[in-house]
Order: sequence, then C-alpha cells, then structure tokens
Amino acid sequence: MKAIVYVTIKANVLDPQGNAVREALHALGFGEVGRVRIGKFMELELNTDDRAQAEARVREMCEKLLANTVIEDYRFELEG
Amino acid sequence: MRFAVIVFPGSNGDIDCYKAVEDAIGQPVDYVWHTATDLSDYDAILIPGGFSYGDYLRCGAIARFAPVMDAVRRAADEGKFVLGICNGFQVLTEARLLPGALIRNRTLKFICQLADIKVENNRTPFTLDYEEGEILRIPIAHGEGCYYCDEAKLARLKAENRIVFRYVHENPNGSIDDIAGICNERGNVLGLMPHPERAVHKWLGSDDGRRMFTSMLRAYEARRREVTV
Amino acid sequence: MTRRTAAAEPTAEQIAEHKIYRQMGLSDDEYALICRLLGRKPNYTETGVFSVMWSEHCAYKNSKPVLKKFPVSGPRVLVGPGEGAGVVDIGDGMGVCFKIESHNHPSAIEPYQGAATGVGGILRDIFSMGARPVALLNSLRFGTLDSPRARYLFENVVAGIAGYGNCVGIPTVGGEIMFDPSYEGNPLVNVMCVGLIDHRLIQKGRAEGVGNAVFYVGPATGRDGIHGATFASGELTAESESQRPAVQVGDPFMEKLVMEACLELIESGIVVGIQDMGAAGLTCSSSEMASKAGNGMELNLDLVPQREPDMTPYEMMLSESQERMLFVVRPEHEEQAKAIFTKWGVPCVKVGRVTDDGRLKLFHRGELAADIPVAALVDNCPVYRRTPKVPEYYAKNAGVDTARYPEVTDLAGALEKVLASPTVASKEWVYRQYDHTIRTETAVPPGSDAAVVTIRGTRKAVAMTLDGNGRYVYLDPEIGGRIAVAEAARNVVCSGAEPLAVTDNLNFGNPEKPEMFWQLERAAEGIADACRRLGTPVIGGNVSLYNESEAGPIHPTPVIGMVGLVRDVDHITTQPFKREGDVVILLGETKAELGGSEFQFVIHGVTEGRPPQIDLDQEKTLQDALLEAIRSGWIASAHDLSEGGLAVALAECCITGGLGAEVALETDLRPDIALFSESQSRVILSVRPEHAEEVLRHFRAKGVPAAGIGTVKGTNLAVRINGNLAIDVPVERLTRVWKDAIPCRMR
Repeated sequence: MKAIVYVTIKANVLDPQGNAVREALHALGFGEVGRVRIGKFMELELNTDDRAQAEARVREMCEKLLANTVIEDYRFELEG
Repeated sequence: MRFAVIVFPGSNGDIDCYKAVEDAIGQPVDYVWHTATDLSDYDAILIPGGFSYGDYLRCGAIARFAPVMDAVRRAADEGKFVLGICNGFQVLTEARLLPGALIRNRTLKFICQLADIKVENNRTPFTLDYEEGEILRIPIAHGEGCYYCDEAKLARLKAENRIVFRYVHENPNGSIDDIAGICNERGNVLGLMPHPERAVHKWLGSDDGRRMFTSMLRAYEARRREVTV
Repeated sequence: MTRRTAAAEPTAEQIAEHKIYRQMGLSDDEYALICRLLGRKPNYTETGVFSVMWSEHCAYKNSKPVLKKFPVSGPRVLVGPGEGAGVVDIGDGMGVCFKIESHNHPSAIEPYQGAATGVGGILRDIFSMGARPVALLNSLRFGTLDSPRARYLFENVVAGIAGYGNCVGIPTVGGEIMFDPSYEGNPLVNVMCVGLIDHRLIQKGRAEGVGNAVFYVGPATGRDGIHGATFASGELTAESESQRPAVQVGDPFMEKLVMEACLELIESGIVVGIQDMGAAGLTCSSSEMASKAGNGMELNLDLVPQREPDMTPYEMMLSESQERMLFVVRPEHEEQAKAIFTKWGVPCVKVGRVTDDGRLKLFHRGELAADIPVAALVDNCPVYRRTPKVPEYYAKNAGVDTARYPEVTDLAGALEKVLASPTVASKEWVYRQYDHTIRTETAVPPGSDAAVVTIRGTRKAVAMTLDGNGRYVYLDPEIGGRIAVAEAARNVVCSGAEPLAVTDNLNFGNPEKPEMFWQLERAAEGIADACRRLGTPVIGGNVSLYNESEAGPIHPTPVIGMVGLVRDVDHITTQPFKREGDVVILLGETKAELGGSEFQFVIHGVTEGRPPQIDLDQEKTLQDALLEAIRSGWIASAHDLSEGGLAVALAECCITGGLGAEVALETDLRPDIALFSESQSRVILSVRPEHAEEVLRHFRAKGVPAAGIGTVKGTNLAVRINGNLAIDVPVERLTRVWKDAIPCRMR
C-alpha cells in the first residue's frame, strides 16, 4: 500500500516562498494567479494490507514527525 | 559548573559553544553525542547551531527524536539550564520544550551579519549580567529564523515576560513581534537565533555574548549557595 | 540520458567501426593509441574509462607544457602539485593546505547544484589530505547584471555556495566577483578551500601494500554526472542545456559526516592511502591511487553501493555521484575503519584490493568487465604542444591611446558611476548569505583586501585572497598574469601577512585555437615570473579550458589564490580608515594607465589598449617595506589600489571606516586619469600623525614612492587636484551608491 502525504503551511502562517512564487508568476505574465501556498509532497510505501490500521499509523506519523502542527496542516491518501 | 554540548549529526556550532565556555568562564565542558542517554553529570546543556540531520524535512524535526533528547527533557524538568542556539532553538521548539516554530526568513535568503538585539528580561539565568533594555550586537547566521506562534501564545509569552530578546533597528528575518529569543515558564530553558558563542572576543566583532556565559555561571553559583545555606 | 544495460552496449568492434569513442571526446589518434596500449580494441567500459582519464580535466593534455613553467618548490613547500592539494609549512609542526577548483560548466547548466557541488569537491580535496578545512573562498564571473540570464546565474550560484558551505559549517570568508559581457554565456565559478594540518597527518593518495583492502565510502552511486570530466573539457553549446542530467546533486549533510569520519580515520593512523572521488569518480581515484604506488587494483563492482537498479560497469566507473571517497587500509585494520564510519552513519564497504600486476581490473557479475594497465590510463595520455598565434586584436590595441579619451569633468559623478558598477560595488548582498562567522576564527571577514583566519592556541593567523582581472589578461596575457599574482600578494601583505604560496585556476578558452593557446601560454609565463620574483611557489591548482559559448570565448581569466602567514595577530591590518586626524599616505606612482580599467569600461564602454604595466622588482620592494612597516605597528589601515584606482580606493577606506577624508593631489596627469588610472604597486595607508614622518622616511629609504596626500577628517570625501576641488561628496551618499548597487539590480 502507498500513502500520499501532503503537508502545507497553515492558512494564517506567512509563506514567503509562496509569495515569491506568486510574484515571479505575475512577472511572467500570469496575472490571474492569486494566493500561492507551497507545501511538501511525500510518498510512503507501507508494508501492510490493513487499511484502517494504515490510516491510524500514517496519521500518527504526520502528527509526530512529518508535519509540525504549529505551522503546518497535513492530509493524506492511501492507494492500493 | 559542568557544561554539555550536544552533538547531532550535522551540528556545526558545537566547537564554537565549547570554545566559548572555555574562553568566557573557563568551566569544564564536554561534547555529548546524540546517542547519550544520561546527562546527570552536567549542570548546563548547550544545544548548538548547525544543520542537524541536514535540516531535512524541517529544521530540528529529526533531531528532536534523538536518544539524548529524553535526557535533555529530564534536565529541563530538574531545573538545569538548557540553552538552544539557532538550530538548537529550532530543536527545542520541535521538541515542544519551547512554544512556537521557526520558519523561513522572509527574504528567503540565509542571513549572516551582526544583529542588534535588546535584552527584554534580565532576570533569567542567561541574562543576569545584562542590563534590562541593553542593546547587544550578536551575530546571526540562519536561513530559517523567523519565529512564529499564534496570537494566544504570543499574548502569554508577553504576559509572562518570556520574550527575552527582541531585534531592534532591523528585524532581519520577519519574526513575529521582533522576537529573537524566548524562555520557558520556569526560565531555565532559553532558545535564541543569535549566536552569543560567536561574540566572545572583541576581535570577532563583538564580545557581547560573553555575559550570557558569565550569567549562567553566576546563576548556578547563587543557586548552589542557596542549597548549601 | 540513455539507459544502457551491459547487453545493449556497443561491442568493441562497433565502437571502432562507428567511431563511438568520438562521442566520449577521444580523437581517432587517441583511440588508435589506446588499441596499441591494450593490444586489442577496448570494450565499452574501457573506452569510457580511457575517455575520462584522458580528458583535459584529468590529464592536462593541453596545459601540461604550460604548467611546467611554474615554480613549484620552496623552503616551505611540504606538498606540491600532483596531490589532492598542496601544503606549506607555517612552523610548529603545522601546515596550511589549500587548493582551488573550478565548476564553470556545471554551474552554467544548473547554477545552484553546479556551484554547491564545486564547494563539496574542493572540501574533499582538503580533508582527504588530512587537513581540517577552516575557510572557503570563491571567485565568480558573470555577464553584466542587466542580463536576466546573468542575474539568474548569479543569484543561484551564490545560493548554491551558501547552501553547501553553510551546512557543512566551514566559513566562506572571502573572494571576488566581476561582471563583464565576456562571461555572459560562460560564467566562472572557482572555489578555494584552506585547511590546517599537522605535518604528521599529511596523506598521499597511494594504494600501497599488495593485498590491502580498498574501501568505498559515502552514499550509493547513481547515474549522476556521467561524463562530467569530459563535459568540462568541451565548449558550451545550446545542446549542453539539454544535457542537464550530467549535473550532480550535492548533499552537504552527508559531506559533513564523511568529513568528520575521514578526519577521525586519518587521526587514528591506520590509513594507507585516501583520495576523494571527484571528476571521473571511481575511475580516477582508483587508477591514480594505484599509479602513485606503482601497483594495480581489483574492484568488484557488485559490491559498490548502487542507487539505481541495473547499473552497468560503465555507469559505475564514470558516475560523479558526490560525497564519495576511496581509501586503503591493511587487512588487520578493516574492522576498526568500518567502526569509525558506522559511528558517523556513513556507508563504508570493502570493494576491492591492491594488486601487484599494475592493472586496473573490474569484475562485474562474475565477469572481467575491464582490464587496463594503470600506467596507460595515468601516464600515457598524449600531451599536445599547441601552436600559439598572436591574435589580431592584440596588435590593433597597440595603437589605442587611452589618454586621448575626451576628458571627464564631472569627477564626483564618475566616481559614483564606478562605485555603482557591480564589479566595484559592495558585495554584502553576496557574503551576507555566506556564514562567515562560524568556527569563531574569522578575524577579518569578507570585504577587506584579504580575509584573515586565526589559529587557536597560537598568535598566528592565515591571510587568504583570490585575484584575477580577466580584462588585463585579455589585453596582455603576460602582464595580466603578473598582475594577478602581484595583486594577490599585495592584498595579503596589506592584511599584515607574508605571502607564502599560490594555487591557481586557469580559466581559458579552447586551447586548440592558436589565439586561445597564445593567451594561455603568455599568461602562464607572467604568473610564473611573478611567483618566482615574489617567492610564492604554485603548490597546486586547476585548469579549466574550453570556456567558450556561442557568443565567443571568455576573457582569459587566471585566478590566483594566495595564502599568507600573519606572524602575530597584532599585525592584522584592515582597509577602513580608523580615526579622525590620521594622515593618509599614498605609496607608489600613478601613471596614465586606463587600459582595461573599470573607469574605461563604465564611462567609455570599452576594454581596449594595453593594461597597466608592472615592475616586479618595484612590487617586491613595496611589499617588503609595507610588511615591515605593519610589523612595526605604525599602520592604522592599508588598502591596495585596484579596480577604480585611487578614487575608488579612497572612497572604500572612507565608506568602510564611516569617516571622511580631505585629500590634495599634485599631478601632471589629467584629473580623470589621475583619479581612475589603475597603475599597479600602489597602496593607501592611514597612520597616526605622530608616525607620519617616520613612515614616509621608511618607505622613501627603501625606494618606494610615498606621499602624504591628506587627512582623515569630517564627513565628506573631498579631493583637490593641483588646488582645484575635484570631488566633494558626503561619505553617506557614496555609501548608499556603493551598497545599493547590487541589491537594486537584483530586486
């Protein structure tokens, strides 16, 4: 099974990278771009078939290590 | 007074911390490897700057799970002095020994320069030898030093006088409320982005960092006198 | 990149028939020679191994005759050219180990990673000698900042250097940057590392001792950078852009661990030989180590850690994956060595052994994948003595009289324009991104003439600088070569140090073109002259040829890395004016020399004529007298005159000191020439008034022209020429112009 984890900066936390990318896109003529938020994408291969258990374990991984919940939100999907 | 300098894979300010203890107060100091589990021999723990575990994932995120961190937590609980500098500050926030988080500098660039910081609280064991309101010149060198916490936490930090240092004249990284360093409720755990250990000789550009070490020694001795009396 | 399995590789016959070796950069003659040396046609792996070992980068086949000109020995030289880096003695059983490397082509393609891995490579050169790296410097060249491409390269090269050096924890303490249209298509990224070493720990990369174990250290080998060394030895074309996979990716965290583990291994005393895997990776390190010991080596490629499945011997041998090392230990020390790397969490695998047959033998999946005499790889590469030809432009420039330019009368305006030129302007935007305070030994940070790093536990310090003005070298390679060395030495002396030795990076165009070879040969002649006269041998360096793009060749740019010894930290001297009332003294003679100057480029928009002349005897006299004066404690500040001449040097002393100056010059020259000429062998000093007479007498007695030209005073830089006020500008205004120039262009 595979877990796809997305970690993003919380909506109310400054994202200087996102702002820089937005400015760059505007400079390139993509004026339609509003807010840009930059995050992380992670692919985890899991040696398990138990979906429910996988869900609980990945949540724990996110809480403990993959995201810093002071500044980041996370969500994930399980595949396979 | 015995100091431990914690060394994670990727720490690189460890040597500077070690030298600062020697040069500023001449007290015994050891490097302690990240796999150590016992810090009971030490009176103060320094968590140095650097890029522990490459700062991969997030600064300090992996170091926080190193075996030595349980011992650091115990030392903090016992009231020993724990000083996290730069990456060490990041490790302490990831470990939740200090509130908030450190995110990328607003300029997105690494910044190495002398910064002016104001002593907001001189009643911590780390700042006894400074005047309140005194402005220090201390080097900074970081890419992710923008302190962030939510409004409620910020209000609490202010109310409890736990903002120990603020940037003045220029906020180099965009930190909330110009915060450069904070302490825990008890005041025995301090985290700051500037590097006092790099400001211990005039020829390095400033020796304003020296007194952080003399403060720790004085606080330690005062406490010991209390115990023996 | 093509993914080939061993089965799909061309056979030896096909390589010969379709001349596939040409794609790898081997000529028909070279291929024929390889066949003779082997007594058969090489297979695909062997052809690849030859192609990288016989590239300019590894074999110096075009530059060897030129490099022979350099003086390489001296009483202080402990290790000269030929090892990973040179070492000079600084007394008390200590040495300073240093080297410069270029990463020009990788940086042109992928500036962040290209520059970052350049830093990684030079660090490994230093610590594989047994030295602890203590400082990094870099010398960069880009097109002018009005070009978006130049800005992109500049921004990302600087970020790459910062990203790598900061993480490893070695301060980047200095360097130099110039901007000129000639580098638009081909930037230069030269990185220098300086380390300190205990004499007893000096390593030679030798695979001694038949039967000894060969260990591979570092992360797994991937397909990165295959053919990096041959790539560095060809011109940049539009096609290079599509060769992006050829650029390696660096991991500074791994580098830090590999460095600490290797230094611990070396200190343990059990290493027989150690070498980093730089250009041409496993091929170069294994064959060079075997060659130096007169031995052979057998490698079992199945044991080499591999990052991707189905890697072929060809790919493994040519990969330039980063942060890897090769070392040899005696069998009884294998476990001890492994334990050190385990402690640091660094992969370390035994992959082969030292043999007595003088052959490099590679085994893969039970078969002998390559079998080559080591000497054929290392010693038998043909050396080319190219024919030089004086280029047309050189003759044409003889007729240019730079004293005939229309006179510039707004001298304050001209000064501001030159100060705002990115070549002259403050580089704070750059060095603010480099951690230059880590290790707490940086006594003189970036921004002065030379950086100075102290040595803990002693009164000594090491001064270091990089210099090389491509415009001078373009206009007259021999004079330009001399000036590069002289200026580097002058910078070191101005900081209070005695120049010790040189590492050089020769960045030139395609040597197969006679005009380009003429530049290379003449410049080397000039460098050799100056090194001899100033007593600073060349203890190592690097050659980067084929620096050409579709727009043409770069200005020939030899970069000189000079290291000096500060005998006592009290001698450390810097450029800023220190105190109101100090007397300003100009050493040296100003002539009408605008050829190749920054003023000529900025104000008149050209680079033409002849560069400033240099008299090496006069230079040596000046440097000796200055060092003596500094050691006597008379000198408050010292600043060498370079790009922008007297006007810029005065402005820099004022700006960095936050003080004004009143200066009066008496001269027969036209005011604009007097202020902006770049005549050599000149220095500005400031001294306490009570020392002024003594200092002037000291220099004059030694035969150095010396004149009191003014006083540190007020808040303006005011310059009178023959009684007329030529410049009178608030230092604050000059500061803003100088400091804002680069940030404004990068916004």
